[in-house]
Amino acid sequence: MVTALDLRLKRANKVYREGETLSGVVIISSKETVPHQGITLTMEGVVNLQLSAKSVGVFEAFYNSVKPISLISSNIEVAKAGKLPNGRTEIPFEFPLTVKNNKVLYETYHGVFVNIQYTLRCDMRRPLLAKDLTKTCEFIVHSLPQKGKVSPSPVDFSISPESLQNVRERTSLPRFLIRGRLDSTNCVITQPLTGELVVEHSDVPVKSVELQLVRVETCGCAEGYARDATEIQNIQIADGNICQGLAIPIYMVFPRLFTCPTLETTNFKVEFEVNVVVVLQDDHLITENFPLKVSRV
Amino acid sequence: AAAHGGTDSLPPPPPPEPASPVQTPGSPLPCDTEGLCPDDFPLFPGMSNNESAPDTDFLLTLCVYIFILFQRHSRCRNYKAELEACRFEVIPVEFGDFHPLKLITVTDSKTKKVGRKGSTSSTSSSSSSSMLDPLSSLLDGSDPLSLFAATADPLTIACCQPSFKREREEETGVGSDFEPWCGKRGDILARYTTTEKLSIGSQKELLNLTQQDYINRIEEQNQSLKDAWATDQKVKALKIVIQCSKLLSDTSVIQFYPSKFVLITDILDTFGKDSYQHFICRNCFLVLQDNFSPDEVNETAKETCLNWFFKIASIRELISRFYVEVAILKCNKFLSKVGISETLPRLTSMIRGIGDPLVAVYARAYLFRVGMEVAPHLKDSLNKNFFDFLSTFKQIHGETVQNQLAVQRVEIPIYLTLYSPAIDWILQCIAYKAPEALLTEMMERCKKLGNNALLLNSVMSAFRAEFIATRSMDFIGMIKECEESGFPKHILFRSLGMNLALADPPENDRLQILNEAWKVITKLKNPQDYVNCAEVWIEYTCRHFTKRQVNTVLADVIKHLTPDRAFEDAYSQLQSIITKVLYNFHDFAVLFSMEKFLPFLDMFQKESVRVEVCKCIMDVFIRHQQELTRDPVILNALMHVCKTMHDSVNALTLEDEKRSLAVFISGFIRMVSFGRDFEQQLSFYVEARSTFCNLEPVLVQLIHSVNQLAMETRKVMKGKHSRKTAAFVRACAAYCFITIPSLANIFTRLNLYLHSGQVALANQCLSQADAFFKAAISLLPEVPRMINIDGKMRTSEGFLFEFLSNFFSTLLIVPDHPEQGVLYLVRGLLNVIQDYTWEDASDPKVRTYTNVLHLLAAVSQENYLYHVDKVDSNDNLYGSDPKFLAEINKLSDTLIGQILDHLKTLGKDENLRRQSALAMSLFNSILIHGDLRNNKLNQLAINLWNLAQKHGFADTKTMVRTLEHIKRQNKQPGMGHFAELALRLPLQSRT
Repeated sequence: MVTALDLRLKRANKVYREGETLSGVVIISSKETVPHQGITLTMEGVVNLQLSAKSVGVFEAFYNSVKPISLISSNIEVAKAGKLPNGRTEIPFEFPLTVKNNKVLYETYHGVFVNIQYTLRCDMRRPLLAKDLTKTCEFIVHSLPQKGKVSPSPVDFSISPESLQNVRERTSLPRFLIRGRLDSTNCVITQPLTGELVVEHSDVPVKSVELQLVRVETCGCAEGYARDATEIQNIQIADGNICQGLAIPIYMVFPRLFTCPTLETTNFKVEFEVNVVVVLQDDHLITENFPLKVSRV
Repeated sequence: AAAHGGTDSLPPPPPPEPASPVQTPGSPLPCDTEGLCPDDFPLFPGMSNNESAPDTDFLLTLCVYIFILFQRHSRCRNYKAELEACRFEVIPVEFGDFHPLKLITVTDSKTKKVGRKGSTSSTSSSSSSSMLDPLSSLLDGSDPLSLFAATADPLTIACCQPSFKREREEETGVGSDFEPWCGKRGDILARYTTTEKLSIGSQKELLNLTQQDYINRIEEQNQSLKDAWATDQKVKALKIVIQCSKLLSDTSVIQFYPSKFVLITDILDTFGKDSYQHFICRNCFLVLQDNFSPDEVNETAKETCLNWFFKIASIRELISRFYVEVAILKCNKFLSKVGISETLPRLTSMIRGIGDPLVAVYARAYLFRVGMEVAPHLKDSLNKNFFDFLSTFKQIHGETVQNQLAVQRVEIPIYLTLYSPAIDWILQCIAYKAPEALLTEMMERCKKLGNNALLLNSVMSAFRAEFIATRSMDFIGMIKECEESGFPKHILFRSLGMNLALADPPENDRLQILNEAWKVITKLKNPQDYVNCAEVWIEYTCRHFTKRQVNTVLADVIKHLTPDRAFEDAYSQLQSIITKVLYNFHDFAVLFSMEKFLPFLDMFQKESVRVEVCKCIMDVFIRHQQELTRDPVILNALMHVCKTMHDSVNALTLEDEKRSLAVFISGFIRMVSFGRDFEQQLSFYVEARSTFCNLEPVLVQLIHSVNQLAMETRKVMKGKHSRKTAAFVRACAAYCFITIPSLANIFTRLNLYLHSGQVALANQCLSQADAFFKAAISLLPEVPRMINIDGKMRTSEGFLFEFLSNFFSTLLIVPDHPEQGVLYLVRGLLNVIQDYTWEDASDPKVRTYTNVLHLLAAVSQENYLYHVDKVDSNDNLYGSDPKFLAEINKLSDTLIGQILDHLKTLGKDENLRRQSALAMSLFNSILIHGDLRNNKLNQLAINLWNLAQKHGFADTKTMVRTLEHIKRQNKQPGMGHFAELALRLPLQSRT
């Protein structure tokens, strides 16, 4: 009775790179023979840009510039109009992931204002009285490894009341000294962000220490741009009044899909930062910000 | 059944040979002989009615006639000759001769054939010996199993290797000597409880759960986790686990934290196992082996697994993330070979981020727990965890903790004990198979930390007892240095004591250790703390010191626990002290000579506990007392103990309880012996009877003991009693005679009457024996038809039949009373049987009559089958007097008449199968005991034979075998007439 249409990619993790071939099968299963008027496959890669609500006023004039940007698109017919036998039919397919005229396949990225997404869609047109069938699946593109080595760039930091900016009343601040180190701000996306942090001393006990991963998305063109920073995730690395003078590890895994290698194009930018946030028992919030350069090797 | 020569159902066991002694002479047994003289016998009815019997069955009518005419129908027996004739021939076996049990020839070729099966290589085992023991040949390697293992078959090797590898790995792993976590969880749950209200989830909701509600809630979570797995809702499962592990960051009711940890980590363990299993299932081929490489894992499973790790890595809360990551540590195997060894150090240092020291130490314990299971070979990483703990140790005494305790109103000593389960566990993991040097290092590190009582205690709990014991003096020193306000000292001494109970300290230190320790223990003010220590240290005291020191300790315990009746709250510990003392002192003379032992027992004032303790003492006594005793100290004390047990019996006592008490008391009675002082022995039994009168089995034991005493006396006197001993054995008989009626069980009474009668007879107390037998006979009519056996009502017929057979066997040798008629006891018994209301005129009655026929046949012999030494039986009394024989014949006639009557009834009631069987049984009896040269008897036998076959219910095989037997008997001297008989017995063929 029911005809089912499914798409199955060869790779379980659905990850492909530019220059590789996207392959898989279209699977149609039905208990009866399936008459149809052609089955087609469409592969698309698109960048969607969105404007944050607070920016909309400014950007009305540039409406055009937030049209989706197509990265790749192709279409093939896998079966001509006809009938498929009952049972399970598998039709294999292949798409070469190649682009022309200097275009680049950006890495898949799910953000707030910038979305880079690749999809594969299969359509089966059917005769009258039967609904057309559609199946869509997302596949993931990893950008090509960056040329050249990523040189580690360790950062040592030290936070004390004196080192802080944006302080309303410096006098009300308790005394504290927090030292730490990030092993590198040049990060490889598949490797965790590491380092360590020591509360050397603090008059007020520490309540929590967190790592806040932030995305900074910029949309725009020559006429103007919008830059928004939003939180991707917040990872607690210390809970409660930790032992003073003892180094606690900084460790954070970059989440998949929500992070990508730092990206800078003419129309948009995707960048990442990490905040080391120390919350004191009296709810003082101390933040130290570190821009990251993320790459894939 | 009739086939073999000598189906002699008559001779029963000869009277028992127990032992024996005395009471005041003279007093005749209080027995009356009512209704036992032969004149009273109404003799069997039915005997005169023969002619009037309906002639429906001509056979029977005929039989009945024959009998009236008889003079002597039993044949003469030469028992000795018969025994010789029936015995198997004994043939000596020469060494090397064939013997079925000695040699089994196993052909070599066969063995080898089996061995080669399934292997391609040729085995060259050609060992062959003429004498091959099948078992040893299996062991020398030619059996199929070991051959299989030895072949070079590549498949075999492939199969075997992984398992070899695993074995090797297990050497570094955890063996059965490692006490697993599951052994601890129960203790923790029982120990760390609270009456405060608890909360789950955000503080707003559910703020008012009781502990039990809380446990139920967590159990619900556990259940929904299982459901989630069952329905393949992986994400839901993960969410539940994250929620649960969040609870571990909440220390609001801190006394409950260890229990909470146990409950929640149970869930985490389930989760860890399930998820590992889940991935394993995705990779069927991995199921069998534990050592797979990540390359073998299929992509989809890897991808799912990776997904999980990403999800978990993004959990916000440190504590949740930590616990979930640890729970699925094992799954790292799917992704990378080095996954676990890389993750372990990271997780270890992750704990540094946990500020609360209690939460942190339990996190460490959990990491140890999973680590020991998943990667026991990574000991160094695990140990790093402990060193981290030491470096954060000062946190425990930090200000944050102090404030928290102030808010929750928890005392520091209580708070510190919350750490013990975790630290104990951690140290146990470290100490497991650790070299001595490591332990020394650990101890040094612990010493360096300021207030180290907490650690010290865990070191003592976790490290090997031998290690601790050899350094006992050091430990005592360290314990003394600990601050008074910190970890409770009595717990430290308790822990030390536990080690000393298991391992011995150096010889020279022993007394000093006891003195030093006891100096502190005796100063403990809280009786509970005190008794907890004493309970442990008593073991050490018992093992290494004498009763003097143990007595001192007992005295001290009494002193501490008597004020305010403190012992009432310490029964279990006190009981444990007693048990330990008993375990170490088996010599009851020594035990009871401790002057504080009995006063110590007086502290058990709650009856149930008191009885338990008494049972315990008796148990040890019965098991370890080697020799019989007459030591007045032991007897007095144990009498007291037994009396306590006995007096605890009341209407509500369970049968089982009574039985076990009776076993202990009887055991005690059996252990008492005054040697040759028989009179003293008897008076002990008299005292015991009055003391233990409520326990029937004990009374039974006493009767047996007294009978034994009588037999012992007989043995000492070599069968010839003097005036004095004769009086003594009569006293014994009197004791039994008065005691038996107080028993409730009728069969016990009957058997004891019989038994005591036999003993009296053996001791030549004829009138006493008569009294016993008469008592048994008068008791018989009271036997109920149904009796209660193990809670079920059963017919008593079987027991009655058995008893009667036994009784008749004894009556063979009981001489007739000169003033009574011939065989008056037999007649008396027969009368009772006749009047007894048998179940529907059943066969047992008739079977009993048949047995009596056997008896009468035996009675009519010139020399009886057995005798009692120095007692003249009827064979000597009457010397086969014709009058005597005539009496016997008359009785036999009556009996046969009865049996035939019964056969007739069976014919009428269509119970033909029973009729056939009974006829056959009577035939057999006549065959064996009757003199078949007598024509009439001969005719009766033939008639019975025919009757048995008449309705086709006879078993042909039996009939054939019986006939063969008759033919064989024919060859015996004086049995010539059997040939003729055989001819007259037709075999009815059934078509």
